[in-house]
Amino acid sequence: MQEPAQPEPFAAAGKESSFLQGVKDCIPTLLGYLSIGFAAGVVEKTAGLSFAEIALISILLYAGSAQFIAAGMIAAGSAGAGIILTILLVNLRHLLLSAALSPYFRHLSPLKNMLVGALLTDETFGVAIQESAKRQAISEKWMHGLNITAYLNWILANLAGAYLGQWITRPEALGLDFALPAMFIGLLVLTIVSRSKYKLDIIVALIAAAVAVGASMIWSASMGVILATVIASTLGMVIEKWK
Amino acid sequence: MEIRPDIFFIIVGAALVTFIPRVLPLMLLSRITIPEWGMRWLSHVPIAVMAALVAQELLIEDGRFARLSTNVELIAALPAFWVAVKTRSLLGTVLTGMAALLLLRLIFG
Repeated sequence: MQEPAQPEPFAAAGKESSFLQGVKDCIPTLLGYLSIGFAAGVVEKTAGLSFAEIALISILLYAGSAQFIAAGMIAAGSAGAGIILTILLVNLRHLLLSAALSPYFRHLSPLKNMLVGALLTDETFGVAIQESAKRQAISEKWMHGLNITAYLNWILANLAGAYLGQWITRPEALGLDFALPAMFIGLLVLTIVSRSKYKLDIIVALIAAAVAVGASMIWSASMGVILATVIASTLGMVIEKWK
Repeated sequence: MEIRPDIFFIIVGAALVTFIPRVLPLMLLSRITIPEWGMRWLSHVPIAVMAALVAQELLIEDGRFARLSTNVELIAALPAFWVAVKTRSLLGTVLTGMAALLLLRLIFG
Protein backbone atom coordinates (compact mmCIF):
# COMPACT_ATOMS: atom_id res chain seq x y z
CA MET A 1 0.00 0.00 0.00
CA GLN A 2 2.26 2.80 -1.31
CA GLU A 3 1.02 6.30 -0.71
CA PRO A 4 2.62 9.69 -1.25
CA ALA A 5 3.60 11.45 1.95
CA GLN A 6 0.93 13.93 2.98
CA PRO A 7 0.80 16.49 5.75
CA GLU A 8 -1.38 14.90 8.39
CA PRO A 9 -2.81 16.27 11.64
CA PHE A 10 -0.99 13.58 13.60
CA ALA A 11 2.31 13.91 11.72
CA ALA A 12 4.02 14.97 14.94
CA ALA A 13 3.11 11.64 16.49
CA GLY A 14 5.66 10.00 14.13
CA LYS A 15 6.08 6.28 14.46
CA GLU A 16 3.30 6.01 17.02
CA SER A 17 0.72 6.19 14.25
CA SER A 18 2.49 3.95 11.72
CA PHE A 19 1.12 0.81 10.09
CA LEU A 20 3.50 -1.28 12.21
CA GLN A 21 2.24 0.31 15.42
CA GLY A 22 -1.28 -0.63 14.37
CA VAL A 23 -0.10 -4.22 13.93
CA LYS A 24 1.46 -4.15 17.41
CA ASP A 25 -1.64 -2.65 19.00
CA CYS A 26 -3.70 -5.50 17.53
CA ILE A 27 -1.66 -8.22 19.25
CA PRO A 28 -3.55 -8.29 22.60
CA THR A 29 -6.78 -9.17 20.75
CA LEU A 30 -5.28 -11.88 18.53
CA LEU A 31 -5.60 -14.83 20.90
CA GLY A 32 -9.27 -14.12 21.61
CA TYR A 33 -10.24 -13.99 17.98
CA LEU A 34 -7.96 -16.91 17.14
CA SER A 35 -9.98 -19.15 19.47
CA ILE A 36 -13.34 -17.85 18.27
CA GLY A 37 -12.24 -18.07 14.62
CA PHE A 38 -11.02 -21.61 15.18
CA ALA A 39 -14.34 -22.56 16.76
CA ALA A 40 -16.17 -20.89 13.83
CA GLY A 41 -14.11 -22.93 11.36
CA VAL A 42 -14.94 -26.19 13.13
CA VAL A 43 -18.64 -25.34 13.38
CA GLU A 44 -18.75 -24.29 9.70
CA LYS A 45 -17.05 -27.54 8.71
CA THR A 46 -19.41 -29.69 10.77
CA ALA A 47 -22.36 -27.70 9.34
CA GLY A 48 -21.36 -29.14 5.97
CA LEU A 49 -19.52 -26.21 4.40
CA SER A 50 -16.57 -27.04 2.14
CA PHE A 51 -13.05 -25.71 2.71
CA ALA A 52 -13.51 -23.25 -0.20
CA GLU A 53 -16.84 -22.05 1.20
CA ILE A 54 -15.27 -21.49 4.61
CA ALA A 55 -12.43 -19.50 3.00
CA LEU A 56 -15.00 -17.43 1.10
CA ILE A 57 -17.21 -16.75 4.12
CA SER A 58 -14.31 -15.64 6.33
CA ILE A 59 -12.84 -13.45 3.56
CA LEU A 60 -16.11 -11.80 2.44
CA LEU A 61 -18.29 -11.81 5.56
CA TYR A 62 -15.55 -11.49 8.21
CA ALA A 63 -17.88 -11.39 11.21
CA GLY A 64 -17.74 -13.94 14.02
CA SER A 65 -21.31 -14.05 15.23
CA ALA A 66 -22.72 -13.84 11.70
CA GLN A 67 -20.59 -16.80 10.55
CA PHE A 68 -21.76 -18.98 13.46
CA ILE A 69 -25.36 -18.03 12.69
CA ALA A 70 -24.93 -18.68 8.96
CA ALA A 71 -23.41 -22.10 9.69
CA GLY A 72 -26.20 -23.01 12.09
CA MET A 73 -28.97 -21.85 9.77
CA ILE A 74 -27.41 -23.49 6.69
CA ALA A 75 -27.14 -26.76 8.61
CA ALA A 76 -30.79 -26.39 9.66
CA GLY A 77 -31.80 -25.86 6.02
CA SER A 78 -33.14 -22.32 6.54
CA ALA A 79 -34.12 -20.17 3.55
CA GLY A 80 -31.38 -17.92 2.14
CA ALA A 81 -33.44 -14.73 2.59
CA GLY A 82 -34.04 -15.52 6.27
CA ILE A 83 -30.32 -16.11 6.85
CA ILE A 84 -29.36 -12.83 5.18
CA LEU A 85 -32.03 -10.87 7.09
CA THR A 86 -30.89 -12.34 10.42
CA ILE A 87 -27.27 -11.44 9.65
CA LEU A 88 -28.31 -7.92 8.66
CA LEU A 89 -29.94 -7.48 12.08
CA VAL A 90 -27.08 -9.06 13.98
CA ASN A 91 -24.58 -6.81 12.23
CA LEU A 92 -26.63 -3.60 12.46
CA ARG A 93 -24.62 -2.81 15.58
CA HIS A 94 -21.75 -1.93 13.23
CA LEU A 95 -23.73 1.23 12.35
CA LEU A 96 -23.06 2.48 15.85
CA LEU A 97 -19.42 1.43 15.92
CA SER A 98 -18.86 3.09 12.56
CA ALA A 99 -20.76 6.22 13.66
CA ALA A 100 -18.75 6.43 16.88
CA LEU A 101 -15.45 6.25 14.99
CA SER A 102 -16.43 8.76 12.29
CA PRO A 103 -15.29 11.93 14.16
CA TYR A 104 -11.72 10.59 14.21
CA PHE A 105 -11.61 10.01 10.45
CA ARG A 106 -12.97 13.34 9.22
CA HIS A 107 -9.61 14.05 7.55
CA LEU A 108 -10.14 11.19 5.08
CA SER A 109 -12.13 11.09 1.85
CA PRO A 110 -15.34 8.97 1.74
CA LEU A 111 -13.53 6.32 -0.30
CA LYS A 112 -10.70 6.03 2.24
CA ASN A 113 -13.28 5.90 5.04
CA MET A 114 -14.95 3.02 3.21
CA LEU A 115 -11.67 1.10 3.33
CA VAL A 116 -11.29 1.89 7.05
CA GLY A 117 -14.85 0.73 7.80
CA ALA A 118 -14.83 -2.37 5.60
CA LEU A 119 -12.80 -4.34 8.16
CA LEU A 120 -14.39 -2.88 11.30
CA THR A 121 -15.10 -5.40 14.07
CA ASP A 122 -15.99 -5.22 17.76
CA GLU A 123 -12.37 -5.87 18.64
CA THR A 124 -10.71 -3.39 16.26
CA PHE A 125 -13.34 -0.83 17.31
CA GLY A 126 -12.38 -1.35 20.95
CA VAL A 127 -8.69 -0.85 20.19
CA ALA A 128 -9.38 2.19 17.97
CA ILE A 129 -11.56 3.89 20.59
CA GLN A 130 -8.72 3.52 23.10
CA GLU A 131 -6.36 5.06 20.53
CA SER A 132 -8.79 7.95 19.98
CA ALA A 133 -8.44 8.91 23.64
CA LYS A 134 -4.79 9.75 22.93
CA ARG A 135 -5.19 11.95 19.86
CA GLN A 136 -7.73 13.99 17.91
CA ALA A 137 -7.51 12.03 14.68
CA ILE A 138 -6.67 8.38 14.09
CA SER A 139 -4.00 7.65 11.49
CA GLU A 140 -5.24 5.86 8.39
CA LYS A 141 -2.08 3.73 8.23
CA TRP A 142 -2.35 2.77 11.90
CA MET A 143 -5.98 1.74 11.41
CA HIS A 144 -5.08 -0.38 8.36
CA GLY A 145 -2.28 -2.05 10.37
CA LEU A 146 -4.78 -2.90 13.10
CA ASN A 147 -7.55 -3.99 10.71
CA ILE A 148 -5.44 -6.09 8.35
CA THR A 149 -3.69 -7.93 11.21
CA ALA A 150 -7.04 -8.84 12.77
CA TYR A 151 -8.41 -9.83 9.34
CA LEU A 152 -5.54 -12.19 8.44
CA ASN A 153 -5.63 -13.71 11.93
CA TRP A 154 -9.35 -14.37 11.50
CA ILE A 155 -9.01 -16.03 8.08
CA LEU A 156 -6.14 -18.23 9.32
CA ALA A 157 -8.10 -19.23 12.43
CA ASN A 158 -11.14 -20.18 10.33
CA LEU A 159 -9.08 -22.27 7.93
CA ALA A 160 -7.25 -24.00 10.79
CA GLY A 161 -10.62 -24.81 12.37
CA ALA A 162 -11.97 -26.06 9.04
CA TYR A 163 -8.91 -28.25 8.53
CA LEU A 164 -9.00 -29.81 11.97
CA GLY A 165 -12.79 -29.93 11.81
CA GLN A 166 -12.46 -32.88 9.43
CA TRP A 167 -11.60 -35.05 12.42
CA ILE A 168 -14.00 -33.44 14.83
CA THR A 169 -17.37 -35.04 14.20
CA ARG A 170 -19.00 -33.71 17.33
CA PRO A 171 -17.88 -30.16 18.24
CA GLU A 172 -20.16 -30.44 21.30
CA ALA A 173 -17.72 -32.91 22.81
CA LEU A 174 -15.16 -30.11 23.01
CA GLY A 175 -17.59 -27.43 24.19
CA LEU A 176 -16.91 -25.58 20.91
CA ASP A 177 -20.60 -25.04 20.24
CA PHE A 178 -20.62 -22.82 23.32
CA ALA A 179 -18.02 -20.38 21.91
CA LEU A 180 -20.79 -18.35 20.25
CA PRO A 181 -23.21 -17.97 23.18
CA ALA A 182 -20.22 -17.27 25.44
CA MET A 183 -18.96 -14.61 23.02
CA PHE A 184 -22.40 -12.96 22.99
CA ILE A 185 -22.46 -13.07 26.81
CA GLY A 186 -19.01 -11.43 26.83
CA LEU A 187 -19.97 -8.74 24.31
CA LEU A 188 -23.27 -8.05 26.10
CA VAL A 189 -21.63 -7.70 29.53
CA LEU A 190 -18.67 -5.69 28.20
CA THR A 191 -20.99 -3.27 26.39
CA ILE A 192 -23.22 -2.79 29.45
CA VAL A 193 -20.22 -2.31 31.76
CA SER A 194 -18.56 0.22 29.43
CA ARG A 195 -21.67 2.46 29.22
CA SER A 196 -22.49 2.82 32.93
CA LYS A 197 -26.23 3.06 32.26
CA TYR A 198 -26.69 -0.29 34.01
CA LYS A 199 -30.35 0.01 35.02
CA LEU A 200 -31.66 1.07 31.61
CA ASP A 201 -29.39 -1.34 29.71
CA ILE A 202 -30.43 -4.29 31.88
CA ILE A 203 -34.12 -3.41 31.43
CA VAL A 204 -33.63 -3.26 27.64
CA ALA A 205 -31.73 -6.57 27.73
CA LEU A 206 -34.47 -8.31 29.74
CA ILE A 207 -37.23 -7.01 27.44
CA ALA A 208 -35.25 -8.16 24.40
CA ALA A 209 -34.62 -11.59 25.95
CA ALA A 210 -38.31 -12.08 26.80
CA VAL A 211 -39.53 -10.97 23.35
CA ALA A 212 -36.86 -13.09 21.61
CA VAL A 213 -37.88 -16.24 23.47
CA GLY A 214 -41.61 -15.64 22.98
CA ALA A 215 -41.37 -14.76 19.28
CA SER A 216 -38.97 -17.64 18.58
CA MET A 217 -41.50 -20.11 19.95
CA ILE A 218 -44.40 -18.59 18.01
CA TRP A 219 -42.66 -17.72 14.71
CA SER A 220 -38.94 -18.27 14.04
CA ALA A 221 -35.52 -17.47 15.44
CA SER A 222 -34.82 -14.67 12.94
CA MET A 223 -38.26 -13.14 13.61
CA GLY A 224 -37.39 -13.33 17.31
CA VAL A 225 -34.24 -11.24 16.86
CA ILE A 226 -36.02 -8.67 14.67
CA LEU A 227 -38.98 -8.16 17.02
CA ALA A 228 -36.81 -8.18 20.15
CA THR A 229 -34.50 -5.51 18.71
CA VAL A 230 -37.27 -3.21 17.49
CA ILE A 231 -39.45 -3.53 20.62
CA ALA A 232 -36.64 -3.36 23.21
CA SER A 233 -34.84 -0.44 21.50
CA THR A 234 -38.09 1.52 21.18
CA LEU A 235 -39.06 0.89 24.81
CA GLY A 236 -35.52 1.82 25.88
CA MET A 237 -35.86 5.10 24.00
CA VAL A 238 -39.28 5.77 25.59
CA ILE A 239 -38.10 4.93 29.13
CA GLU A 240 -35.09 7.21 28.64
CA LYS A 241 -37.39 10.05 27.54
CA TRP A 242 -39.59 9.68 30.63
CA LYS A 243 -36.78 10.21 33.07
CA MET B 1 -12.83 -27.53 -3.28
CA GLU B 2 -16.30 -26.59 -4.39
CA ILE B 3 -18.64 -23.70 -3.78
CA ARG B 4 -22.34 -24.47 -4.18
CA PRO B 5 -24.34 -21.71 -5.93
CA ASP B 6 -26.93 -21.35 -3.16
CA ILE B 7 -24.21 -21.09 -0.49
CA PHE B 8 -22.36 -18.59 -2.67
CA PHE B 9 -25.43 -16.31 -2.84
CA ILE B 10 -26.03 -16.57 0.91
CA ILE B 11 -22.39 -15.60 1.60
CA VAL B 12 -22.37 -12.71 -0.89
CA GLY B 13 -25.75 -11.43 0.37
CA ALA B 14 -24.68 -11.69 4.00
CA ALA B 15 -21.37 -9.97 3.20
CA LEU B 16 -23.20 -7.11 1.47
CA VAL B 17 -25.65 -6.45 4.33
CA THR B 18 -22.68 -6.54 6.72
CA PHE B 19 -20.48 -4.26 4.63
CA ILE B 20 -23.05 -1.45 4.31
CA PRO B 21 -23.60 -0.73 8.04
CA ARG B 22 -19.83 -0.98 8.56
CA VAL B 23 -18.89 1.70 6.03
CA LEU B 24 -21.94 3.96 5.64
CA PRO B 25 -21.72 6.04 8.86
CA LEU B 26 -17.96 6.52 8.38
CA MET B 27 -18.54 7.68 4.80
CA LEU B 28 -21.57 9.90 5.37
CA LEU B 29 -21.67 11.09 8.94
CA SER B 30 -19.60 14.18 8.30
CA ARG B 31 -22.30 15.20 5.79
CA ILE B 32 -25.64 14.18 7.34
CA THR B 33 -26.79 14.28 10.93
CA ILE B 34 -28.95 11.58 12.48
CA PRO B 35 -31.70 13.18 14.66
CA GLU B 36 -31.20 12.88 18.40
CA TRP B 37 -34.01 10.35 18.90
CA GLY B 38 -32.53 8.23 16.10
CA MET B 39 -29.15 8.10 17.81
CA ARG B 40 -30.85 7.23 21.09
CA TRP B 41 -32.84 4.43 19.45
CA LEU B 42 -29.67 3.14 17.78
CA SER B 43 -27.78 3.26 21.07
CA HIS B 44 -30.05 0.50 22.43
CA VAL B 45 -29.67 -1.76 19.41
CA PRO B 46 -26.39 -3.50 20.39
CA ILE B 47 -27.73 -4.44 23.85
CA ALA B 48 -31.09 -5.59 22.45
CA VAL B 49 -29.52 -7.72 19.70
CA MET B 50 -26.96 -9.35 22.00
CA ALA B 51 -29.52 -10.05 24.74
CA ALA B 52 -31.94 -11.54 22.21
CA LEU B 53 -29.21 -13.81 20.83
CA VAL B 54 -28.04 -14.91 24.29
CA ALA B 55 -31.63 -15.69 25.33
CA GLN B 56 -32.25 -17.70 22.14
CA GLU B 57 -28.99 -19.62 22.46
CA LEU B 58 -29.63 -20.50 26.09
CA LEU B 59 -33.39 -20.99 26.26
CA ILE B 60 -34.62 -22.15 22.85
CA GLU B 61 -34.05 -25.62 21.48
CA ASP B 62 -35.54 -26.63 18.13
CA GLY B 63 -38.07 -23.79 18.30
CA ARG B 64 -39.26 -24.72 21.78
CA PHE B 65 -38.47 -23.59 25.30
CA ALA B 66 -35.56 -25.80 26.43
CA ARG B 67 -36.35 -28.00 29.43
CA LEU B 68 -34.77 -26.28 32.43
CA SER B 69 -33.96 -29.54 34.23
CA THR B 70 -31.63 -30.70 31.43
CA ASN B 71 -30.35 -27.30 30.32
CA VAL B 72 -26.60 -27.51 30.98
CA GLU B 73 -25.95 -24.53 28.66
CA LEU B 74 -27.89 -22.28 31.01
CA ILE B 75 -25.80 -23.44 33.98
CA ALA B 76 -22.55 -23.04 31.99
CA ALA B 77 -23.61 -19.46 31.19
CA LEU B 78 -23.48 -18.48 34.87
CA PRO B 79 -19.67 -18.71 35.32
CA ALA B 80 -19.29 -17.09 31.87
CA PHE B 81 -21.39 -14.10 32.99
CA TRP B 82 -19.44 -13.93 36.26
CA VAL B 83 -16.05 -13.92 34.51
CA ALA B 84 -17.27 -11.31 32.00
CA VAL B 85 -18.35 -8.96 34.79
CA LYS B 86 -15.22 -9.55 36.89
CA THR B 87 -12.48 -9.60 34.23
CA ARG B 88 -14.09 -7.78 31.26
CA SER B 89 -12.18 -10.20 29.07
CA LEU B 90 -13.84 -11.62 25.97
CA LEU B 91 -11.37 -14.48 25.75
CA GLY B 92 -11.72 -15.30 29.45
CA THR B 93 -15.50 -15.40 29.08
CA VAL B 94 -15.40 -17.69 26.04
CA LEU B 95 -12.88 -20.10 27.58
CA THR B 96 -14.76 -20.18 30.90
CA GLY B 97 -18.07 -20.91 29.20
CA MET B 98 -16.59 -23.68 27.07
CA ALA B 99 -14.73 -25.25 30.00
CA ALA B 100 -17.82 -25.09 32.21
CA LEU B 101 -19.99 -26.76 29.56
CA LEU B 102 -17.35 -29.42 28.91
CA LEU B 103 -17.18 -30.18 32.63
CA LEU B 104 -20.97 -30.28 33.02
CA ARG B 105 -21.32 -32.64 30.07
CA LEU B 106 -18.65 -34.92 31.53
CA ILE B 107 -20.48 -35.02 34.84
CA PHE B 108 -24.05 -35.36 33.56
CA GLY B 109 -23.15 -37.20 30.35
